[in-house]
Amino acid sequence: MSDKTTKNNNFIAPKTDNFFIGLADAYRFVKRFFVEVWFPPYEFKEVVRQCYQIGYNSLPLISLTGFIVGIVFTNQSRPSLAEFGAASWLPALIAIAIVRAMGPLVTALIAAGKVGSSIGAELGSMKVTEQIDAMEVSATNPFKYLVVTRVLATTFMIPILVMYTDFVGLMGSFLSVTANEKVSLTTFFVQVFDALSFLDITSSILKSTLFGFTIGIVGCYKGWNSPKGTEGVGKAANASVVMAMFLIFIEELLVLQIVNFFRLP
Amino acid sequence: MEEKVIEIRGLKKSFGDNHVLRGVDLDLYKGENVVVLGKSGTGKSVLIKIVVGLLTQDEGSMIVLGKDVKKLKAKELNELRLKIGFSFQASALYDSMTVKENLEFPLERNIKSLTRAERNKEIEQVLDAVGLLQTINQMPAELSGGQKKRIGIARTLILRPEIMLYDEPTAGLDPITCIEINGLINQVKETYNTSSIIITHDLTCAKDTGDRVAVLLDGVFGSQGKFEDVFVDASDERVKSFYDYNFITQ
Repeated sequence: MSDKTTKNNNFIAPKTDNFFIGLADAYRFVKRFFVEVWFPPYEFKEVVRQCYQIGYNSLPLISLTGFIVGIVFTNQSRPSLAEFGAASWLPALIAIAIVRAMGPLVTALIAAGKVGSSIGAELGSMKVTEQIDAMEVSATNPFKYLVVTRVLATTFMIPILVMYTDFVGLMGSFLSVTANEKVSLTTFFVQVFDALSFLDITSSILKSTLFGFTIGIVGCYKGWNSPKGTEGVGKAANASVVMAMFLIFIEELLVLQIVNFFRLP
Repeated sequence: MEEKVIEIRGLKKSFGDNHVLRGVDLDLYKGENVVVLGKSGTGKSVLIKIVVGLLTQDEGSMIVLGKDVKKLKAKELNELRLKIGFSFQASALYDSMTVKENLEFPLERNIKSLTRAERNKEIEQVLDAVGLLQTINQMPAELSGGQKKRIGIARTLILRPEIMLYDEPTAGLDPITCIEINGLINQVKETYNTSSIIITHDLTCAKDTGDRVAVLLDGVFGSQGKFEDVFVDASDERVKSFYDYNFITQ
């Protein structure tokens, strides 16, 4: 019999099949999170520990990045505004840019790189060394202890980090503004808050919550399903970052459309 | 009549086209150590993973302490798991926790009635039993291979299991440490009155620890019985060659 008649178990084509299988698998993983999050036992201690790891340990990097973004964005925007004699609008422009887009996006991308990769690598390594199996045979639900806690921690902490980044970014911008124009901190922040609406702040927080959830769930999913072997751990960490960043940009685009729909003309 | 704690009948398990177990029958009696021998990749570890419900068989039955593992609900399976200790090949210690936290982890989740002082006492007692009380505050990365195995065994003992499952307890250890681990397995049986399945390809371990040995060949047990009966008078060429090869390489 010819080799061409070899049985083919693919439904469409191998890559297409794998894509849909992966999608179904990811759906089941997310569904399991939403089921398990409501039922006891609640791992409060571990959630707090993860919040500390994710939040506190990200502060130095977030502070530096947020501050630099504030300074650079202000310096880059000044010449264009000054050309139209509108340099006094700088605080308003920076506030809108940072709170609406830059703050959430920059924080989420940094967290995807720092936190997402570390979650992916940690869970991947735990799977390879049978630590997840060890938890399961000792009658502990590893999904609840490892996945639910981490996803909750990123979902709680990313919005807080975003608010912090917004503040640090605005402080950077203030420094840049005061270096060229005489503006007090109070005047600067009065202009900032005048420019921002309730919708800007709430949408920024809600968007950050979605980003946080994405970073946590993607990191956990990739780590949990990491292929065996040390190479698998590396791949899980890498895939966590790439997939989370990709989804964050897609979500940014979708949230923008939804918010613009609600924004008054 | 002796009480059976594990009863395996016609157990089959495949991974794709790889038919690992092709109809395994095995009984484990109370207070007995059964050693399952076989070459790498013959499905020894798969067998004990089915015992604790980490894997599910394709066919056949797995009765553990009178319960059909495949038919148990999640809560019932967890209750059964508390009566089974599983010592992993690579120890599987939680590397972000100290030795004490590793032992405390199953204890504080499963026996909630214990006070902190009682928990500490239990941990010290079990660590003392495996001879590693001095490592209580160390991280797993600071321990040797033999010490990790001992702590892994201690972590399972803390819940006072009725059945112990050892997955390659002497793999990757030097001969002296192997003898110590074999001694520890026997000591666990005596002290904690456990029944055990020991998965290994190490004949010295089998001889030292097994009341009975079973050789897994091509997915079924080639022969079962006392070590001497199985190997010294082996009629099956495959069992004989396994025995010869092991002793030549050692």
